Amino acid sequence: MPFALSPERERKLTEILERYPTRMAATLPLLHLCQEQEGYVSDAIVDYVTKRLDLPEAHVKGVVTFYTLYNQHPVGKHQVWVCRTLPCALRGAGALLEHCEKRLGISCGSTTPDGKVTLRTAECLASCGTAPMMQVDREYHENLTPAKVDQILSRLVGS
Amino acid sequence: MIKRTDYLTRSYDKPDGHTLAAYERDLDGYQVARRVLTTMTREQVVDEAKKANLRGRGGAGFPMGVKWSFMPKTVGAKPHYLVINADEGEPGTHKDRTLMEQNPHACVEGCLIGCYGIGAHVAYIYVRDELHLSKARLEHAIAEARAKGYVGKTAFGKDYAVEVYVHSGAGAYICGEETSMLNSIEGRRGEPRMKPPFPANAGAFGCPTTVNNLETIAAVPTAFGMGCEAFSKLSALHAAGDGGVRLYGLNGHVKKPCVVELAVGPTLNELIFEVGGGVLGDRKVLCVIPGGSSTPILRPEETVSAIDPKSALHPWHGKSVFDVPLGVDTMRGVGTMLGTCCVTVIAEGTDPVACMHNLMQFYRHESCGQCTPCREGSAWLERLCEKLLSGKSSMEELDSLHDIANGIMGNTICAFGEGTAMPALAFVQKFRKDFEAYARGERAPGSATLTLEPWS
Repeated sequence: MPFALSPERERKLTEILERYPTRMAATLPLLHLCQEQEGYVSDAIVDYVTKRLDLPEAHVKGVVTFYTLYNQHPVGKHQVWVCRTLPCALRGAGALLEHCEKRLGISCGSTTPDGKVTLRTAECLASCGTAPMMQVDREYHENLTPAKVDQILSRLVGS
Repeated sequence: MIKRTDYLTRSYDKPDGHTLAAYERDLDGYQVARRVLTTMTREQVVDEAKKANLRGRGGAGFPMGVKWSFMPKTVGAKPHYLVINADEGEPGTHKDRTLMEQNPHACVEGCLIGCYGIGAHVAYIYVRDELHLSKARLEHAIAEARAKGYVGKTAFGKDYAVEVYVHSGAGAYICGEETSMLNSIEGRRGEPRMKPPFPANAGAFGCPTTVNNLETIAAVPTAFGMGCEAFSKLSALHAAGDGGVRLYGLNGHVKKPCVVELAVGPTLNELIFEVGGGVLGDRKVLCVIPGGSSTPILRPEETVSAIDPKSALHPWHGKSVFDVPLGVDTMRGVGTMLGTCCVTVIAEGTDPVACMHNLMQFYRHESCGQCTPCREGSAWLERLCEKLLSGKSSMEELDSLHDIANGIMGNTICAFGEGTAMPALAFVQKFRKDFEAYARGERAPGSATLTLEPWS
């Protein structure tokens, strides 16, 4: 099915296009808008962005595959990213990730069978002073302890 | 000497600190931009900016005023742009985020002065996508400033338009490299460009562009507010051309990790022990990463060798590198870089090979893949660390690490290659025995630790 932006996002796109001297510059923001709506960048979205911004398909696909935050496949309802880079690792990120894997019953990089949570690692999320940390959807959770993590995960699983 | 200041951080930890009302009430918000835009000429702004000795806070430490002066003196057919680098992602760096979240109006006011100084009418603040709160706070601040007529077609009633936009990244460390950032703003893959041409000649959309770090631009209202020379003099390294105040971060195995604002020039020992309260479990420091993972590590046993009285480092000759004031040039003098000024402390008992392995995983993941030496080299370095740690490597392979790292340096389009190779070489050179212990099979595979105590 062809993809179309919701009216509210359509208004946002008009605003975005006014910010730049070229249409191509809207590639990243438009892909963000589409993914917000659909959860991932589907083939239909690539097709839509290609036509909407009048760009070669190779350009749009190139952008989608370059940046790690564009999901190329469907993902869970909630996204959990555990920061694995050194400053967090020095404060227990390894154990934090294992804990999440055990609680969710999945290995890093996969989604729970009910489609609720996708667990991944992230590279440094600029929260080194409050390590270990993880990002859940749009929110940062910092200075994590096993108890705090259990609380967060049970909320996600129960949602 | 530790000299705490609060020019940038006065609004921190206040519930409404990020709002325009608080910024105007507590920090004389936008008065400086108003004065600059309504009473100074562009040339005067740049001349004044140079006096601040404001060294770029993003890592390279280039003087901001000098960078501004590289822009064409008159605006021709091509518009000028200001791009603010808030793609904070250098492992160990957590300072810009605090400014965006807790003092976003200083960033916007800085953009107004910066745009005026370089002849631009548009500033793009490039924020990494993950920092949703930062983006929301900046967007809110811009909207508030626009409603008051500070941002918009006639900034402060003057016939000079300034627009400030937030541009979101999409998860790529390399976009913190300035030319890669320009490509990303243009809607392309974030692959660095060859220099020259430099951004001041051909930057965003092929137009003259200045790229400044977020903390750099956020410090501009403070500097212009007190007079740029007075701002520079706050620093212990003013005479050496490294001025002002800046944010220092502390993380890793330190008792009190934090972000603090200090006058430029504290030493590592002062930061770790006076600000950070010492090392977890009162252990000794094994080494520190002085300013983000791309800056080579320093060990407390290292001493300064500067016997020549003319050397800038001579006053510290024979002393520990941990007793040298942290500055752009002083750190270069002791063989590392000041970088982002956020210090990662690593305590004794931590395995340096595992530390390097962790960082090489980062670089392998984040190499944009454009240049072969970096793309392949970062992967080789990671694999080599992995083999060492699992007891499957040899002395011969360990020696090849030097060749790999040296093969990356100087052979890539951007500095990411150096950022990978330099810390790798430092780890191997400064912890040779640990690496050899693995290569010779003297250390049990799987015994490496990064944490001191179980996570709880």
